[in-house]
Amino acid sequence: MERSGCQILIETLIEQGVTTIFGYPGGQVLNIYDELYKNNHRINHVLTAHEQGAAHAADGYSRASGKVGVCIATSGPGATNLITGLATANSDSIPMVAITGNVPMELIGSDSFQEVDTFGLSIPVTKHSFRVDNVENLAETVQEAFRLAKSGRPGPVLIDIPKNIQLDKTEYSPTGIAEKTPDPKPDTALLDQALEMIYESKRPIVYCGGGVINANCSEAATTLVEKTDAFMVCSMMGLTAMDNSHARYLGMSGMHGRFAATKAISECDLVIAAGVRFTDRATGNKKKFASNAKIIHLDIDSAEQGKNIDATLQIPGDLGFALNYITSKLEPQKHPQWEETVNSYKNKTKDYTAPNGCLLPWEVINAVNERATPETNIATDVGQHQMWVAQYYNFKNPRTFQTSGGLGTMGYGMGAAIGAAVATGNKTVLFTGDGSFGMNLNELATAVSQNLPLIIVILNNGVLGMIRQWQNLFFDNHFIASTLERKTDFVKLADAFGATGLRASNPEELNEALDKAFALSSPVVIDCLIPDEENVFPMVPPNGSFDNIILK
Amino acid sequence: MSSDQQFAVSIIVSNQSGALTRISSLFSQRNFNIDSFTCGVTNNPEVSRMTITATGDANKKEQLLKQISKLYDVKKVELMTPENTILRELLIAKVNATGESLQTILDAANVFRSKVVDMSPESVCIEMTGESSKLNAFLTYIAPYGILEYCRTGLVAVERGSKCLYVVD
Repeated sequence: MERSGCQILIETLIEQGVTTIFGYPGGQVLNIYDELYKNNHRINHVLTAHEQGAAHAADGYSRASGKVGVCIATSGPGATNLITGLATANSDSIPMVAITGNVPMELIGSDSFQEVDTFGLSIPVTKHSFRVDNVENLAETVQEAFRLAKSGRPGPVLIDIPKNIQLDKTEYSPTGIAEKTPDPKPDTALLDQALEMIYESKRPIVYCGGGVINANCSEAATTLVEKTDAFMVCSMMGLTAMDNSHARYLGMSGMHGRFAATKAISECDLVIAAGVRFTDRATGNKKKFASNAKIIHLDIDSAEQGKNIDATLQIPGDLGFALNYITSKLEPQKHPQWEETVNSYKNKTKDYTAPNGCLLPWEVINAVNERATPETNIATDVGQHQMWVAQYYNFKNPRTFQTSGGLGTMGYGMGAAIGAAVATGNKTVLFTGDGSFGMNLNELATAVSQNLPLIIVILNNGVLGMIRQWQNLFFDNHFIASTLERKTDFVKLADAFGATGLRASNPEELNEALDKAFALSSPVVIDCLIPDEENVFPMVPPNGSFDNIILK
Repeated sequence: MSSDQQFAVSIIVSNQSGALTRISSLFSQRNFNIDSFTCGVTNNPEVSRMTITATGDANKKEQLLKQISKLYDVKKVELMTPENTILRELLIAKVNATGESLQTILDAANVFRSKVVDMSPESVCIEMTGESSKLNAFLTYIAPYGILEYCRTGLVAVERGSKCLYVVD
């Protein structure tokens, strides 16, 4: 049957199992929107306030559900507004497909209205991008984009579709869902070597990153910890790899890692690293990182092996296969001495302020934690609040944490929380700061229009907290451009957007506000007034090591 | 730390628009130093062949190979070892050649087994192929006579013997 490019696009998206698209219309995608109109019973479109919000929403949708998130934008500014979202997803290996319209091919290169080189712009921030130059290739390209987004190391893929291709017609017949390319199996000889290294180890650590979440192998990682009699340390992207209340969970290591996690890494004799890329924020000084340990590096992407750290044993390939192979062969180990040593590091330092009547960041996080269920999505923006959540929140289930790890995108949270709430229908809490929230608070409009069960907790300290912290620690308190001196009333702002606005300046008010917020299933903003002198500790200074850890 | 070395890499890429951009973009993204970059058609119309020479230590070299091979359009990447590779570069040099220097330059061109492709009363154009070191040696020799301009293609590389870099099934 002969169909137009727009019809083929929508049919192919539905074929790929897409039920929701986040986007914003514009001149060069109006024909596609017309098809969305005709198919609105089969595919849901969520209109965001800004294309960046749409990209972050598709990303949050993907992180929460494991499905490929989809967003759409028009040419020119629509496409450029997606770029930060694509870069964020690319840094954290999140499978997404972004669709952009473009001017007709005969106008490309003529600097026509809303024309920009979308394809060229997308290159460094995507896993791959396509420009469709013939309608006959469109269906195949969309399928390939989905296959590529979810195969191997996942990532965002962009499809740029000029207007004339959207209108051109060709024969089309459905071909079904694009299957993920099977991940290459790791070499079992190498896995056997890994087993030998585990048997030789007396002080093992399992170090998990986002790859464990992407590969859905949290269970295998937990089993590995138990059978190896190890402790689990995580990068921020891997925080939901294990039930955080597990006795062997140490949490995040690195610049703002937990004391016990960073100390355990510095003292262990074996790091079994799964789906991590040893970024600078996670390792500090690479020469001193796990300097007493051998490292086994398991990753789907062989280019990560030897990039940041030279592991003793590099094993590329399917992470799930590798973990299951090791756990199935491994004789359970016992390391009581190591257990005792590491347990003695837990809660050894008091790295947070004792209750003093003010509202303290950890009190806010704990209070949310008490009311949340294991399914509650926790999204963050970027800065001090993000680190506090990473340190104090007690995650239970994989995929319940949406945060911008690699790129560190302030303004990520609103879109991501919307995406996670849409994907799961579950209560979603966004922890944000007054700085980060200011970047994309326009998406509050989207949360209201979608009537999402979203609680936005603003840790409001009136400053750009992380900037202020660095100025405090490393720049002699030269507080330039970090004191906000704004007069934004977030309660009135919430009200103006049609959401519920609440304020808390002490623990009692907070409890009251959270009780109210958790009882509602519509967007609530809670303005939590916290002191501006609270810093995130522990802190390993840039390029430092455990030897330089700042505890207070 | 191993020291920096120059190395040549052959790449087969599908003939897609943007494939060249994506590969060259990788060099700035990853802070790789590129020395030369050639690209041309092959006996298979669906793919092009590139030869890239770059400088870096062993770690950079490994990363470059891995990062290039991850790209969607890339069908094959291979490091070309000097001992097993025919490496060639083309040079066209325009040299100042008045009365007394002309014969010396022509003699040099002859010794270096190059071709004279153009002459004018003041200049001579010499075309030469060879490994980069030969081209460098020639340029050094004729430099005192005054090189007006020259143009080099960058290296192309093919493995010795009957083995091919890329064979379509």
